[in-house]
Amino acid sequence: MSAPDAYNIAQVPLTAHAFSPDRSALALSTNSNDAQIYAKDGYDWQPISTLKQHDKLVTSIDWAPTTDRIVTCSQDRNAYVWTKESNPESPSQTIWKPTLVVLKINRAATQVRWSPLENKFAVASGARSICICSFDEEMNWWASKQIKKPIRSTVLSIDWHPNNVLLAAGSADMKARVFSTFLKEVDKKPPPNVWGDKFPWSTVCGEYSSSSGGWVHTVGFSPSGDAMAFASHDSTITIVYPAAPAVITLKTTMLPYVTLIWTAEDALIAAGHDCQPMLYSGASTGWKPVGSLDDVNGPRSSNFSSASSPRTPGGGGGGNGPAVGRLNNAAFNRFKDADSRGTSSIPGTPSSPGGGLFGGASGVSGGELMTVHQNTITSVRPYEWSPNGTVTKVSTTGVDGKLVIWNVSAAVGLAPKLAGVHLR
Amino acid sequence: MSSLRPYLAAVRSTLTAALALENFASQVVERHNLPEVEAATSGEVLLNPLTISRNEKEQVLIEPSINSVRMSIRIKQQDDIERILCHKFTRFMMMRAENFVILRRKPVQGYDISFLITNFHSETMLKHKLVDFIIQFMEEVDKEISETRLSLNARARIVAESYLATFG
Repeated sequence: MSAPDAYNIAQVPLTAHAFSPDRSALALSTNSNDAQIYAKDGYDWQPISTLKQHDKLVTSIDWAPTTDRIVTCSQDRNAYVWTKESNPESPSQTIWKPTLVVLKINRAATQVRWSPLENKFAVASGARSICICSFDEEMNWWASKQIKKPIRSTVLSIDWHPNNVLLAAGSADMKARVFSTFLKEVDKKPPPNVWGDKFPWSTVCGEYSSSSGGWVHTVGFSPSGDAMAFASHDSTITIVYPAAPAVITLKTTMLPYVTLIWTAEDALIAAGHDCQPMLYSGASTGWKPVGSLDDVNGPRSSNFSSASSPRTPGGGGGGNGPAVGRLNNAAFNRFKDADSRGTSSIPGTPSSPGGGLFGGASGVSGGELMTVHQNTITSVRPYEWSPNGTVTKVSTTGVDGKLVIWNVSAAVGLAPKLAGVHLR
Repeated sequence: MSSLRPYLAAVRSTLTAALALENFASQVVERHNLPEVEAATSGEVLLNPLTISRNEKEQVLIEPSINSVRMSIRIKQQDDIERILCHKFTRFMMMRAENFVILRRKPVQGYDISFLITNFHSETMLKHKLVDFIIQFMEEVDKEISETRLSLNARARIVAESYLATFG
């Protein structure tokens, strides 16, 4: 099992991230009004340029893999498409030039995603609507068309179906929906699929409630588009198979997940407030947890490859290899804490049954969590694919300012240890 | 004292779960980002408030929402002296609320002290440390008040003795 690559990018939360097509650069929102582009310099990521245009928090970034364009959206109700152009002053350099997007929304934009063909993108917003944007050659801007009904609250997440027409949306009204975003100027008529036969504009092809009523934080279509998964604030993951038809709800004892991606047709990775990415696998007959990508049992030092910078938050060197004398002391303090403060976590065990809620994600040692991420994971994105199309590496960013690249296969080694411990 | 542990354990786990916060811009006021539990303008982003009580004198009210948690504590007050001490103690802190970052300037009706934790706090501070801080506060405040009461009683006794000594 190989260790994940962890990079300390900033001491501030990373709200969103997107890698360039060749993975040499990284667009980040460092919880500020500007999106920043980082390039890899040796072992570290260094900022190389700033995308300055927004005047409120940049909430989401997406980097189109083939057309190499970036789209950003922000709580200032705007989105911009950034294209690479050579600098007029010094032609050897490239600069990012913004193109206006006419969103016509009057509340914050929450998430933006390019469609698979990259001729459209969707912007989720707090105005209880989703904007589908396509390029208007005449005016030289991106024009938008809105899907409003039947959304009742802020749309928190969106994901595109591979056919470039269907869009999944999860919102704070506790529902996940599948919409058609067919624009006759842009799209060719898609063939019928499991979600329906005809897809006129803004048809609701499916509407699914979160099982015990939680905000739907994240949605995702499977690689084929024949299944959709969503995770909600009631700590459940629901996988929908419209063909079967089957709706599978996985109840977990962890804190809620806020982001998920499918790694293959039968596997997905979800991450969130428990600070560790979890791998799930299954089919329309049933799903089960496989394990965490984070080895919470392992010695902390080996969990970091040489590429990582030293970990800074928390109580300094508290976590790494206490001296023998201090070990007793730590154990003593732990039991004292357990007695007087109701701390029930014991480092060394990944988490006691039902441990998600008791004393954090896992054990706490020297003020640090035993996980690589020290705070909520805000986004998980695919990083590397194998030749057969399954995702082999994923990248995560979190509120703790870390970027971590995980091997998906790392979870399999943990399976016998963790399955049944974490979840029921 | 023995029943303090399950009480604090319940508060700890509830608070940990409630602190699953995210950045959420207001869907009512344009370009604003307000703690939803205070603004209470959209019902669907509020969760059910929860009361954890050890007895009728010691309770905790936790009101979670999508981007903020309000937590109110009713501190144990056995007699008038404790009531005065508690009032002075909480007032002292609430007047300096900005130094305590997560402290609210006014307590919620029926409680002695309130904390307001927003997503901005849980971003800049480690979540499990925030929980530890509040649990530690709950632990210390009882101790603090009963110690002050003891020293007050002791002082009263000394004053009374030295005063009456002049008549003796």
